[in-house]
Formats: sequence, structure tokens, C-alpha cells
Amino acid sequence: MTSRRIPGATRPAEVAFTYAGTPQRAPTGEALATALACAGVLGLRRSPAAGTPRGAFCFMGSCQECLVLVDGVPRQACLVPVRPGLDVQPVPDAMP
Amino acid sequence: MRQADLIVLGAGPAGTEAALAASAAGLDVVLVEEAQAAGGQVWRAPYPGLALPKPDEDATAGAALRDRLVASRVETHFNARAWSVNTLPEGGFRLDAATESGPLSLAAPRLVAATGAVERVIPFPGWTLPGVVGLAAATVMLKAQAVLPGQRVVVAGCGPLLAAVAAKILASGGEVVAVVDRASRAEWLAATRHLATRPRLLARGLGWALRIAGRRVPVLFGHAIHAAEGQDVLEAVQVAPLATDGSFAAAPPRRFMADALCVGDGLVPGAEIPRLLRAPMRFDRTLGGWVPQVDAEGRTSIPGLFAVGDGALLRGQAPAVHAGRLAGLAAAHDAGRSDAAAFAQASAADHAALATLAPFAAAVSRLMALRPGAVRAIAPTTVVCRCEDVTRGMIDAAFEDGAREVNQLKHFTRCGMGPCQGRSCGDVAAEILAARVGSREAAGCWTGRPPLRPVPLADLLGEFDYADIPIPAPAPL
Repeated sequence: MTSRRIPGATRPAEVAFTYAGTPQRAPTGEALATALACAGVLGLRRSPAAGTPRGAFCFMGSCQECLVLVDGVPRQACLVPVRPGLDVQPVPDAMP
Repeated sequence: MRQADLIVLGAGPAGTEAALAASAAGLDVVLVEEAQAAGGQVWRAPYPGLALPKPDEDATAGAALRDRLVASRVETHFNARAWSVNTLPEGGFRLDAATESGPLSLAAPRLVAATGAVERVIPFPGWTLPGVVGLAAATVMLKAQAVLPGQRVVVAGCGPLLAAVAAKILASGGEVVAVVDRASRAEWLAATRHLATRPRLLARGLGWALRIAGRRVPVLFGHAIHAAEGQDVLEAVQVAPLATDGSFAAAPPRRFMADALCVGDGLVPGAEIPRLLRAPMRFDRTLGGWVPQVDAEGRTSIPGLFAVGDGALLRGQAPAVHAGRLAGLAAAHDAGRSDAAAFAQASAADHAALATLAPFAAAVSRLMALRPGAVRAIAPTTVVCRCEDVTRGMIDAAFEDGAREVNQLKHFTRCGMGPCQGRSCGDVAAEILAARVGSREAAGCWTGRPPLRPVPLADLLGEFDYADIPIPAPAPL
């Protein structure tokens, strides 16, 4: 699933942030989960019990699948808006 | 601690209307919402600075609601994650939330819970793969982000959201490779008589169907997702026909190459506040599952606690507006702001509207209700609880080991004990157990417990200096 921004919409200016140290660009205010999906980043973590790949699922803050570290703090990528300079990292595998 | 006359939790159509009505009737109202703007899922606001190419009816209605809220005296807290609601010994409620500016504590004699519904997905092999998203998730991407979920999309599940999502993807220039509907053509025909009670909505639905047909997208009625395939992300989707009981018919699945699957099998009321406060509940399949017992104005059996909208009784957006307004008016009336005659007069129109809207809402709810056969068809190796990777086989084994009720099931297997707190799996896990213990009533529902959301401890503590904490001098040795 590489998500695609719908043409014709007016969007805020793109800003730079990083995911796992890799530079990314997305409009300010877009949900981090969406911004990553548009960049082709779908797998965000592995399930703690079986270790299977997981990504954003409900996009509304309920399922908790899109947990990432934003500037070192665990956050749901679907609820965090993109801001310039965000340092986003996957959660370590051992983290619940 | 901020003292108010009324706390409203959830700023969807029901909660916002409740807050507006109570505020207009003279109450000091605080509205708390997890998202960054009011509107809920149906009227979800585009993020700040995003302008949709073609705003639809929902976008316009949502903008109007947000304008009314701004013009009102309601105090709003967005991006606020409510993690605790308590009853106070002197009566009334305390709500605690984590916000971007630190902890928020509110107290009020009355509280309206309008927390909306969560989506139900009937598990299939591969449903945990990245690239598989909820149907409601797709609406969030389309409405609030102006993003297509993928390049080649399969849309699957049941209810009117299917056609809405598929048509929206097509109208936005995306490709839908198949629409997979659990309901048969006959079920839709049977529902049409009731759907026709709201001609504008029926026409809108037909418009979606025409758009889908016009693009020659295969629409598979009486089918469901059999499996999702892929190594690390979704690559293909298997679709199979259903038997009349909702389980899979003995026919080989069809395979569609797809990079996104949007799937939703109906909605479950997120009645977590009534459950947390131990309000009496009842199970009603056509209202989405376990719902709080409420009166005509949304009062639960706990004095001062109201529950409205899809988080209480699953009826959809239009009834939620009226139910919300009734709860707001009733809260003001109960607080002594209106006498019985004035309250009856003010609430009559909303009561009448709810009655008019009932047949449509019931028909849609029936299309979206959980089908027991579909749950019977879940394979033993399929993951049911995503958080803890608990399979159907593990749930059945827990029953064999003596688990007779969902909270026992949770203790035996960790099903529902992960960070989503059973929101994703609860309804299906309970249905699996109910098939063994005889009924959903016997299987019960999860006991509500704080925190309502996983919240980092630092968010609860806020900023403070250890040096400021008064520590008594140590006792002399």
C-alpha cells in the first residue's frame, strides 16, 4: 500500500522530518501515519508476541498498532501531525 | 480542578450537539475530545491548512457544526486523551485527561459520554499485514487527509460505508479492484423499503452505486475476504462466496492483486464510560452489541451520567444529532434550568425526529450487525486479538480449560489485555465464547478499567520540580 495524495487539494507547505534516520517530507499537519504511508513506509513495528509486521490500521487512535517514538516519546502515528524536524523512530522490538 | 456544570466527552455529532444545547440552556459546559477538531468520524475535519478539492455534504455539515461550536460559550479541549472518569463521593464526576499542555482535571455533577463507535473486523488470515486498514480508516484518509489508501484497492465488509468509500476513491482518481459485500443482493432489496424513508440518503447511495458500476468495478454480493497475502506488506486478497448462514461456501476463492484492503464489518458502540462506571448494560445485536440501558433522553441508570450517539446506541449520524441535543436539554432540565413544561416543549421536535429516523437506522444496523456464521468460519490459526496474537484456537482452548465468561477468557489468554484494551477484538472474541456458553449475555462483556487509553506516565504527571514537593523532615533516629 503506497498511499497517494489526491491531486487538486490545497495543502500546507511540505516540511522535513526523519523516520529511522531517513529524511522524509510531508505537508505540515498531515497525520504522521499518512505521511509515512505516502512515502511507502507501511510496516511500523512488529507484534510483541508473534513478531509479525504491523502498520497503521484504524487511523483514529483506537487500535494502537501505529505506535512509534516521536522525539523519544511513544505516540500513535495516526494522531501526531507532521511538524518540521520531528525525529520519528520505530519502537524497539522489546518494548510492549 | 476545573468545576463545570456539565462535562461532555467526545465531540462528534452527538457530543457537540449535547454541549451546544446544554450551553444554550445556561449550563457551564466543558467539551473534551481526542481529535484536533470537532466532527467525529462522519464529519471529520480536514487537518489545518488542507482544503479538499470537492467538499461533500459531510464536509459542509462538519464545518457548520464547528462554526457553531466556536460561536458558543462551550469550553473546548482538543487533543485531550481522557484516561480516567470517576464518580465522586459527594456525587458527580471527575474526568482526567492528558493534553499537550499537561494534565487536565474536570469535575461536574453531570457527564455526557459520547465516545462513538469502534469498527468491527471479522478476522481472516493476514488481516494484521500492513496495507490492511479499516473501512473507517479509509474515510479518515479520504476526508481528513485527502489521501488515497493505495494504488489498487479492495473495499470489503458490510453496510453503506462500502459504497461510500469505493465511490470516493473512484471520484478522487483511484483504482478500486473489487467491492466485496457480506450482504446478499436480496438483503439489500429487503432493506430498500426502509432506506427509502430517507430519500436523499438513498439517492446518495444510488449515486455511489452508479459510479462504481460505471467504472465496471466488480461488486461481489454475498462474498467476504478469505485471506490477505503478503510477506511484509499486503500483496493480494482472496475473496470467497458466503453460504446463507454467513460462513464460507464450498467454492474456491478468487484472487485480486491489491496493495490496499479497506475492510469493516460494522460498528460496535464504544460504551467504555458506562462500562467503567458499572452502569447496567444490555446486549442488542441490532444496536451493535453491548449498550448501556438509557432512557429516551440518554440518561443511564447512574444519576447524572448520560450516554448518547453511536457510543451508546448504534443509529448513525442523524439520530446522534437529536439524541445529543436531547441529552443536553435534559442535563439543563435536571440542573433546574427549565421546568417540565418548557423542557417538554424544547425536546418535542427531537423526539419526533428520532421516531421518524428509526426505520432507516434500524435497516442500516441490520446490514451491519455481526453475523454469527461469519464468526464460526474463523479458522483456529487465525489471530483474533491483534495486540497479543491470541488465535481463535487459543480462545476455544481456554473454553475447554474452563473459561466461561470474557473476563476469564482475558485472564486465561491475554485476549483483550493489550494496548487497544479489547477495542479491536472484543466483540468477535465474545461471540466465539458465546457460541460455546450459549449466549452473548452468558459470555458477558469486558469490565471497564482505567486507564481508558494507554498514556505515558510523563503525560499524567505534567511538569514539576522534585524540589517543589513538600517532604516532611525525617523522624529523628
